[in-house]
Amino acid sequence: MSSALIIEQALNGLQFGIMLFLMAAGLTLIFGVMGVINLAHGSLYMVGAFACAAVAAYTGSFWLGLVASLIAAAAAGAIVEVTVIRRLYNRDHLDQVLATFALILIFSEGTRWVFGSFPLYLDIPKVLQGAISLPGGAQYQLYRLAIIGAGLVVAIGLYLLIAKTRLGMRIRAGESDREMIGALGVDIASLNTIVFALGAALAGLAGALVGALQSVQVGMGEPVLILAFVVIVIGGIGSIKGALAGAILVGVVDTMGRFVLPQLFTLFMEPSQAATAGAAVASMLIYIVMAFILAVRPKGLFAVNA
Amino acid sequence: MVNRERLVNIVLALILPALAFIASGMGEPFYITLATRIAILALAAVGLNLALGLGGLVSFGHAAFFGIGGYVAGIFATHAFNQIPLLSSPFVIMATNQMPVIWIVSAIVAGLVAFLIGLISLRTSGVYFIMITLAFAQMIYYFAISWPAYGGEDGLSITIRNGFPGVNTLAPLNFFLIAYALLLLALFAFARLRDSRFGAALQATRQNEVRVASIGIRPLRIRLVAFILSGMITAIAGALFADLNRFVGPSMLSWSMSGELIVLIILGGTGRLFGPVAGAILFVLFEFALGGLTEHWQLFLGLILLAVVLFGRGGLVGLLAGKVRHG
Repeated sequence: MSSALIIEQALNGLQFGIMLFLMAAGLTLIFGVMGVINLAHGSLYMVGAFACAAVAAYTGSFWLGLVASLIAAAAAGAIVEVTVIRRLYNRDHLDQVLATFALILIFSEGTRWVFGSFPLYLDIPKVLQGAISLPGGAQYQLYRLAIIGAGLVVAIGLYLLIAKTRLGMRIRAGESDREMIGALGVDIASLNTIVFALGAALAGLAGALVGALQSVQVGMGEPVLILAFVVIVIGGIGSIKGALAGAILVGVVDTMGRFVLPQLFTLFMEPSQAATAGAAVASMLIYIVMAFILAVRPKGLFAVNA
Repeated sequence: MVNRERLVNIVLALILPALAFIASGMGEPFYITLATRIAILALAAVGLNLALGLGGLVSFGHAAFFGIGGYVAGIFATHAFNQIPLLSSPFVIMATNQMPVIWIVSAIVAGLVAFLIGLISLRTSGVYFIMITLAFAQMIYYFAISWPAYGGEDGLSITIRNGFPGVNTLAPLNFFLIAYALLLLALFAFARLRDSRFGAALQATRQNEVRVASIGIRPLRIRLVAFILSGMITAIAGALFADLNRFVGPSMLSWSMSGELIVLIILGGTGRLFGPVAGAILFVLFEFALGGLTEHWQLFLGLILLAVVLFGRGGLVGLLAGKVRHG
């Protein structure tokens, strides 16, 4: 096990975590402001990926595709908020789960209808192709490094938006008391739509960025969605800081677990058994971590109202 | 209203055997299988209804129990077929292909898993509970995929359907009757449980947890027992489902399976005794009727579901039999 390989895997974990953060940040914002659990967030991720792949294939430009993914996901989010989510604010969580589960069916089947069942492929833009050398002699894919950079920029931007702008002030006020800011004359309905569209755009961006690493296909969103749930459960629902910490923890633990455990198990098992046992345990590792964190802090690491 | 709900229940209870016997008389085994599928899904949903309907515990992870039952049936069938012991050291345990044993083992394994999941997830509530149950079910899903001994991603085929003492389970009508009898048994147990002291306490924890605690009942313990029983019933349904399809795969453990089980209950009517039966009939008929019209039937299922959630409260039983009595 060379140090170069460890650095590479750690960076992969970081990149994975950053992607999860983009998903989890939107989910946690939407839950924080509106109290809605949005299962269809994975569908918005998929919408972003498909929009990027379709526009990139049509125009030949990844960057136009990226813009399209933001617009398409934000528009889909705004439409969903106005037509469906708005009616769910005063309902219980069961109704929210069901309505957004119905949205998953509609989005997935609708996308399959338009694009067919075959996956689309998205090329990494020319500027970001290839690898660069890291200190210590490791080679690392430039595109993944760019994703980490882009994610960090988004995280800082989100922090500035929420901490420093008027919109951010309203979002924070909405999180602590919806009725009160409504009484003070803030248009809650449009604030909700904006927050939902913002969360959707973040999910769409994540989908588009990952789309160039994996294939773009129907159903790509839900596994990421469930991991994003794990992230916000670990981080504490409603906390952006918690989402960032949780996302990086989950990303690194998952990636390193898959890399380290099979090798670790060879210390006390036969190699062939160690590989399968290690892989099986690694696939459950983040859920075990989640269980431990919940046992100690049932409201998550950065609980908003702890 | 009581009489009307009872009437609706009797009709719902008779639809399935009517469908199965008519199909059998006409020599259409496909429709018997359809009725069996409805009965099994209804049984799984009766289990979930105990936690979700009575206890208000929105478990988005019941596919875990459904799949555990399925895998127990699949693993037993494979071992029994190949004459390989389940355990060879320290002592030998041979597998059996008898359904009653498989159901009991399914229920015990699922009960243990429900105990562990419940112990952690019931400390939380609301959205946390939904997401944590979903996460644990996903953990078991990934475990099934990455563990190659029992098929991994490809799943496990059951060469010969498991048996039942004195009954030829390969005949579609016989297998339907087994599943239907278990469904009636579960409905009876559900009704008895609902009207028992335990059921009253469970429904009270849903309505007002603090009051329950203040009169000296521990909500966590009541909920945990309900969650375990719920998982056990769903696991037995899972064992039957694997035997029906003669196949078990990770899809039985998937998040969409958990979602479908919730959908069944909502379509039928949350907390109603026959809600799961009504929901399963509706769901399988949608699947069958829409699936015959278009391969994109899930799109329309989604639209119908959305309409039911947004505009129609109370599900089919609520529509036919009126609102639940309070008091």
